Amino acid sequence: MAEDTRVILICSGKGGVGKTTLTANLGISLARQGLTTAVLDADFGLRNLDLLLGLENRIVYTAQEVLEEECRLDQALVKHKQESNLSLLPAGNPRMLDWLKPDDMKRIVDMLKEQFNYVLIDCPAGVEDGFKNAMAASQEAIVVTNPEVSAVRDADRVIGLLNTNAIKPVQLVLNRVRPKMMANQEMLSINDVTDILALPLLGLVLEDEQVIVSTNRGEPLTLNSVNSPAAKCYLNIAKRLQGENIPLIDPAEESAGFAAKFRKLMQTKIF
Amino acid sequence: MAMTLRDIINKLLRRQPASASTARERLQLVLAHDRSDLSTELLDQMRREILEVVAKYVEIDVDEGAVSLETEDRMTALVANLPIKRTMSGQIKLKEPKVPLEENSQETEGTDQNS
Repeated sequence: MAEDTRVILICSGKGGVGKTTLTANLGISLARQGLTTAVLDADFGLRNLDLLLGLENRIVYTAQEVLEEECRLDQALVKHKQESNLSLLPAGNPRMLDWLKPDDMKRIVDMLKEQFNYVLIDCPAGVEDGFKNAMAASQEAIVVTNPEVSAVRDADRVIGLLNTNAIKPVQLVLNRVRPKMMANQEMLSINDVTDILALPLLGLVLEDEQVIVSTNRGEPLTLNSVNSPAAKCYLNIAKRLQGENIPLIDPAEESAGFAAKFRKLMQTKIF
Repeated sequence: MAMTLRDIINKLLRRQPASASTARERLQLVLAHDRSDLSTELLDQMRREILEVVAKYVEIDVDEGAVSLETEDRMTALVANLPIKRTMSGQIKLKEPKVPLEENSQETEGTDQNS
């Protein structure tokens, strides 16, 4: 039994900022480091973690059957094809939302804690029951946000709730960073966001169209395309979680690297 | 006439200044209110009542007075800036030493909950 299991809630408030993608890639990265990791899809209404991990066709049982004692935990866990250290506990039927209580989430997570070094909980969007259930079972949290006003505002709401529920540490991941826009001051800067939210920055993730390609295939970037900009960011975040001191990427430098490509793009004749 | 992507963007940029600072200011304002759980109406009512109380003791410039929520590092503060014209006894300075008021202006700070 792993006594020092870390149970981390991955949440954002706003939908579509990259919670599930971060959960999938962190899961792969931690597993790569030899850490047994469970990813728990707590988004029972709109589950997607199975799809991003490419495991959607291998689900037999879900968290629902485990809670109803219709199957054992290890029957419901779906082991990843390439990363055997990573397992998914799929979300059950959306009807679960009618009866699921914070204690049910705690029960599931307690079972997972016996087998894994890490339990990552992919939280649903919003600040309602789904979020509160997931939070009840968590010890620490990663708040994902984008450098956009709506995402930052919603993240602030979530941080307030995490603080009042004594979840800590709460760390920030700033997703979909566009260095060029930041350089042109057309996007909130890293400091703007960390100042406003007053959270330590666990990492930033560069905007990367390979993310879409990877979700098309059901293969998280960190699995195969480790050299893509976003994959490097995810790997760094996993290492920092493990206490390694990895310096943050400087978006200004990234911007210089992209500059040539960008200039070329700018010269494209439209008409 | 050939038009490049850069031309289009430049044209757009000339019309609008960099937007990051606007985003920052709007966020800071909206978050101060979100964190305090105070509606605009309640804040306005509080502002009026504070002014009424202060006006019992000193004559204040109501037009210049401002009560606002300011937020920094997840701490929200109620900040009142009330320029005093003169005290009710006709003098600029208050006689009673118990009430710590400055000559021309005062700043009252009360900590609100940090949500």
